[in-house]
Amino acid sequence: MAKKPDTRPNVSKDDLLKYYREMLLIRRFEEKAGQLYGMGLIGGFCHLYIGQEAVVVGLEAATKDGDKRVTSYRDHGHMLACGMDPKGVMAELTGRIGGYSKGKGGSMHMFSKEKHFYGGHGIVGAQVPLGAGLAFADKYKGNDNVTFTYFGDGAANQGQVYETYNMAELWQLPVIFVIENNGYAMGTSVKRSTKSTTYFGRGLAYGIPGEQVDGMDVLAVKAAGEKAVAHCRAGNGPYILEMMTYRYRGHSMSDPAKYRTREEVEKIKTEKDCIEHVRDLLTQGGLASDEELKAIDKDIKAIVNESAEFAKESPEPDLSELWTDITV
Amino acid sequence: MATQVLMPALSPTMEEGTLAKWLVKEGDTVKSGQILAEIETDKATMEFEAVDEGVVGKILVAEGTAGVKVNTPIAVLVEEGETVSDAPAPAAVVESRGEPRPTVAAPVAAVAAAPVAAQGWPHSDLPEGPTKTMTVREALREAMAEEMRADPTVFLMGEEVGEYQGAYKISQGLLDEFGPRRVVDTPITEMGFAGIGVGASWGGLKPIVEFMTFNFSMQAMDHIINSAAKTLYMSGGQMGSPMVFRGPNGAAARVGAQHSQDFAAWYAAIPGMRVCMPYSAADAKGLLKTAIRDPNPVVFLENEILYGRSFEVPTDPDFTVPFGKASILRAGSDVTLVSFGIGCAHALAAAEVLAKEGIEAEVVNLRTLRPIDYDTVLASVMKTNRCVTVEEGFPVGSIGDHIASTVMQRAFDYLDAPVITCTGKDVPMPYAANLEKFALITPAEVVTAVKSVCYR
Repeated sequence: MAKKPDTRPNVSKDDLLKYYREMLLIRRFEEKAGQLYGMGLIGGFCHLYIGQEAVVVGLEAATKDGDKRVTSYRDHGHMLACGMDPKGVMAELTGRIGGYSKGKGGSMHMFSKEKHFYGGHGIVGAQVPLGAGLAFADKYKGNDNVTFTYFGDGAANQGQVYETYNMAELWQLPVIFVIENNGYAMGTSVKRSTKSTTYFGRGLAYGIPGEQVDGMDVLAVKAAGEKAVAHCRAGNGPYILEMMTYRYRGHSMSDPAKYRTREEVEKIKTEKDCIEHVRDLLTQGGLASDEELKAIDKDIKAIVNESAEFAKESPEPDLSELWTDITV
Repeated sequence: MATQVLMPALSPTMEEGTLAKWLVKEGDTVKSGQILAEIETDKATMEFEAVDEGVVGKILVAEGTAGVKVNTPIAVLVEEGETVSDAPAPAAVVESRGEPRPTVAAPVAAVAAAPVAAQGWPHSDLPEGPTKTMTVREALREAMAEEMRADPTVFLMGEEVGEYQGAYKISQGLLDEFGPRRVVDTPITEMGFAGIGVGASWGGLKPIVEFMTFNFSMQAMDHIINSAAKTLYMSGGQMGSPMVFRGPNGAAARVGAQHSQDFAAWYAAIPGMRVCMPYSAADAKGLLKTAIRDPNPVVFLENEILYGRSFEVPTDPDFTVPFGKASILRAGSDVTLVSFGIGCAHALAAAEVLAKEGIEAEVVNLRTLRPIDYDTVLASVMKTNRCVTVEEGFPVGSIGDHIASTVMQRAFDYLDAPVITCTGKDVPMPYAANLEKFALITPAEVVTAVKSVCYR
């Protein structure tokens, strides 16, 4: 197995363990969500984040209190990474009153004002100007917070992305555009949808710097995130990060993923997996023992099981909830 | 051969203007393209260029004259050596040109252009207290300025709202008072800036997003509906979108199908929003202040033709108009006319005609379309036993359809005739003046409908 050697010796054991733990939580959570979907406990669309965990965990490591994030419908990982309660997320997936949106939002529509997570958006690309708007508010108020606006390679071809690039640079908004390039817009590969595939370079026409990042390497992601954050906090306007990543599962639970080979998926899993990468850094560097990691695995499993139990036991919303939260 | 220089129409809805300044004097030789005068419309001060060459023989309208009707002769150009007496009499020219710019049906313009106070209708929709006369345009501007002074999180964004002073002059002077941080000129990217506005509302601000006209809101409709209106519900009540989307809606005059559309029924269909459509200046001011203070997304549908009309507005600085409260513009016992926005002008004009024939119409101005004040409508219908709705929008799925079905379900036993819904015609708006007039709802059609429900 060709593993990436550690080229960043300054990372601490505690940090590596933290990333390992957070990425593993997302993976185990998503595996459980897939299982509950199969049991009919989760309905509708359910887009799993498995494979892409290093992106959100690495970028969250570059944030500070008050920073904001907004993303698409593939949002479970982002919510867990910013500290939202797995129980509340899972119960939303099952459509129960204990969910973040009392069961009224579902997998694609969850929010946490407390954690500055602004959705959860089902319309491809819509979150891009919304994220710039959050950044507009921070600039208006005069603080130095930044907004992470996540979208996929598919959304990157939407017109409103470029309307937003223009205004974000024109008004010097503190927004980081994070393109999670997992290679496929649903079933259409990047090369079948896009003539110029260097998404990070598309800000150049507007004067926005951008760079491509190995999105399977949490340390590379964090380093790129810190650079982008420093740029934004200093009042230099937006920044684009193109994260080269991969989703192991289909677009949604109902996607058979016939548009790619099994070999392609297996190759990434064995050569590039973000969790295995950190596990190797910990074990090969002698920073953590198998027992320590097993204890974390066990702990994560318990958290995920607890969230699933909560999501099953939490009651469905009272019928009166149909009529609440429409207007204030 | 002497040439008449006529007062030009400098916007689709201009009917008259002020001759602000002459830049030539009698005896001057002018070239084609030379600027003759500055003319102030209700929207802007425009330079007026010469088309013909010649010598300014006579200036007929002195500078500073206000209310100069379009097509009035304002000067006479003569050829070298010619005298003014060679020119034809001004009156002949005006007559030969006829009615210059057919905008809305003539009776409406005649009735509604004057302040409502002058008509002697009961002021039942205004609270007790002193009032002042102001245009709808001034009322909207005053509402925004007052709310921006009161709340530092309120800001205005849109195309030409700042340095241009507003495409329709609604935001005139706001940039000077509040600066570019709070009066934000945007590029022409409705979807993008509507989305940024919604995001800013989540970030703790209270944006007023101006669409130059609501026709362009279709580019931004995903953010209005999917991003703004649904978020409170989708977040289980955690966060909503306290903001206003505003701008002129409906037909202006002679601007064709893509620029002449009433979105009242479209937006009123969406849960999670408030939808306002003011008629008078008092509606405009009171409702816009309520809209800016409201914690929900508000679609605020104005009307370009009404912008320049004057009405009485309470001077009380705390005056607002609550959502979900219709007003009675005119009391009557024989039939209820339910309308909103510019439709009220048609309804009032029709009521005047009907009164002469012994039919007293009660005119209900809905003012907000979400929520709708059903109680006021039903109480009126239970009194008059007849109902006609009046609106400019398309007939299928109209506000009138909804009112008619509500009246049918909740006041069936009170009805002496089926409800008639008067709407615009089921066609894209034509450009030709005669066709446009025919496509729009007219007071004459309302009169016909009322006679029908009164079996007369």
